[in-house]
Amino acid sequence: MKMKQFFLGVVALSVLPVVAIQVEAAQPPLKEVKAAKGHVSTANTFNRLLKKPMAKNLPPAEDGIHDADNDNTHVLQPPKIAYDGLPTTPFGNYVDWVKALDTNLLQPRYDRFDPTIEPLVMDLDIVREVKSTVPDVVFPHKPHTQWLHCSNCHPKIFIPQRKANVMNMSGILLGQQCGVCHGKVAFPVTTQSCTKCHSKPKPADWKPPQSETSLKDPWR
Amino acid sequence: MYKSALIGLLSMLAAMALPQAAQAEYADVVMNNYSDAAGMRPVVFPHWYHRIRFRCKVCHADLGFKFKAGGNKITMAKIIDGQFCGACHNGEISWSVENCGMCHSGIAGTPTQIHGSTVQRLVAPTYKKLGK
Ligand code: HEC
Ligand code: HEC
Ligand code: HEC
Ligand code: HEC
Ligand code: HEC
Ligand code: HEC
Repeated sequence: MKMKQFFLGVVALSVLPVVAIQVEAAQPPLKEVKAAKGHVSTANTFNRLLKKPMAKNLPPAEDGIHDADNDNTHVLQPPKIAYDGLPTTPFGNYVDWVKALDTNLLQPRYDRFDPTIEPLVMDLDIVREVKSTVPDVVFPHKPHTQWLHCSNCHPKIFIPQRKANVMNMSGILLGQQCGVCHGKVAFPVTTQSCTKCHSKPKPADWKPPQSETSLKDPWR
Repeated sequence: MYKSALIGLLSMLAAMALPQAAQAEYADVVMNNYSDAAGMRPVVFPHWYHRIRFRCKVCHADLGFKFKAGGNKITMAKIIDGQFCGACHNGEISWSVENCGMCHSGIAGTPTQIHGSTVQRLVAPTYKKLGK
């Protein structure tokens, strides 16, 4: 019994597309089915505020800020050529700068003159618990001190003491705290990059704190 | 029919002649505090190009560049004095200052800013600044 139903089902499925194609062919030509006149007002365009994605790693002469009439513009190195062979990311320069450094594919100098001087690297992770359902933030000193000096962050941007600094996304998006560099020079804040900073999953028994108004409401 | 094709072609040509919207590489810095006023093209500093050669510490700790586009008030007098860009573009570490067009390569009228930043990509910066 079950077998038979299954068989019938298979037959019906395999016939269906044929029927569909026939129905399509039987329709009158497109022109005649056009709906009544009228058009969607420009006030109601689909994706009203969506910004178009930017072209990736354009050469200087085509990027809209370099003057193509300047001979030297054509001597400048296009980013695509400079990045050839480097590990990639889906945002920013589309280069994974941390991996590129760790794999020695890049060896930027730590001293203006002497290429042999090694950076002062400190491996200390700072966890910042977030009052939100997103994973907690881990700030790793290691990739930062590979590039930067302690004095680039301490004490002007961050007091060097756990939890001594107020941080939140509004400030970061405006270019404060982590946003001094992330979103300008280091990897930017985009939907694809959230988990780079928000990298520590919440404990299994963690629940989001409830708002006072929702706790007070007896009817919920 | 022909008319619409002609109009299409004309508008395509017009679009090609107009200056395009900026599609600059992430972290290209345009500096135009003084250049336009002095009749020079604005300066484009390829930040990504320099970090391939130097760590941030070299410029932002040793040479004292502040973390702000246009915030260092760089001038040619300071450069030939060996400060800022002049610490390297001196014919020793890198090509020297007489290559005006290498730095002054921007389209006239381009404002001072860092390109591709998160703030520029927001629909509207609606957030308020934090109190100090
Ligand atoms: C720490 C040293 C250093 C400083 C400071 C510096 N540069 Fe450079 N710059 C270099 C080196 C090294 C190169 C590569 C030269 C070469 O390839 O011959 C370079 C190359 C360039 C290039 C050419 C990039 C290309 O596509 O070939 C430009 C433009 C430039 N620098 C502009 C500037 C400007 C503007 C400043 C100041 C705001 C500046 N630089 C400060 C070291 C420096
Ligand atoms: C990119 C910026 C940055 C750099 C560079 C940096 N730090 Fe930090 N540092 C931080 C942040 C962020 C915190 C956490 C502050 C907080 O939780 O409020 C921190 C915290 C600290 C703390 C406090 C740790 C604790 O347990 O309380 C010390 C000590 C410290 N940093 C030392 C250093 C030293 C030494 C260097 C250079 C080798 C350095 N930092 C480089 C951003 C930086
Ligand atoms: C002074 C500049 C600066 C500040 C401030 C800063 N960062 Fe960074 N950060 C960098 C640079 C440079 C890198 C190297 C990767 C890159 O350029 O994309 C980096 C890398 C990272 C990485 C490693 C990503 C990876 O691929 O492994 C994390 C995570 C990170 N930052 C988080 C933070 C957080 C969280 C804060 C704020 C508490 C912060 N950063 C503040 C400059 C900065
Ligand atoms: C450069 C690192 C970084 C990136 C990238 C990042 N965050 Fe955050 N985020 C933080 C830090 C630091 C905090 C503050 C943590 C604390 O309270 O100490 C935070 C806090 C938050 C909070 C809690 C509310 C608040 O504003 O404090 C939310 C929600 C959040 N982030 C969402 C996101 C989302 C969504 C993305 C991706 C679009 C993202 N974050 C990308 C660093 C980052
Ligand atoms: C290494 C990069 C570099 C080179 C090479 C360079 N400049 Fe500049 N120049 C700058 C920067 C940076 C500024 C500041 C831009 C601003 O904010 O408007 C500047 C500003 C200027 C200004 C306006 C401010 C002032 O100091 O008068 C003039 C004029 C100028 N440059 C002329 C020249 C000429 C002429 C040459 C070639 C002989 C030249 N520059 C080569 C980087 C450079
Ligand atoms: C060759 C020198 C050089 C190196 C190396 C360098 N920078 Fe910069 N940086 C500059 C200059 C020049 C500016 C623009 C300053 C101006 O316009 O006055 C700048 C601007 C910035 C800004 C300000 C952007 C804004 O407008 O808010 C940040 C943040 C920054 N750099 C971070 C970094 C980080 C992080 C690194 C390492 C990954 C780094 N820089 C490496 C020279 C350098």
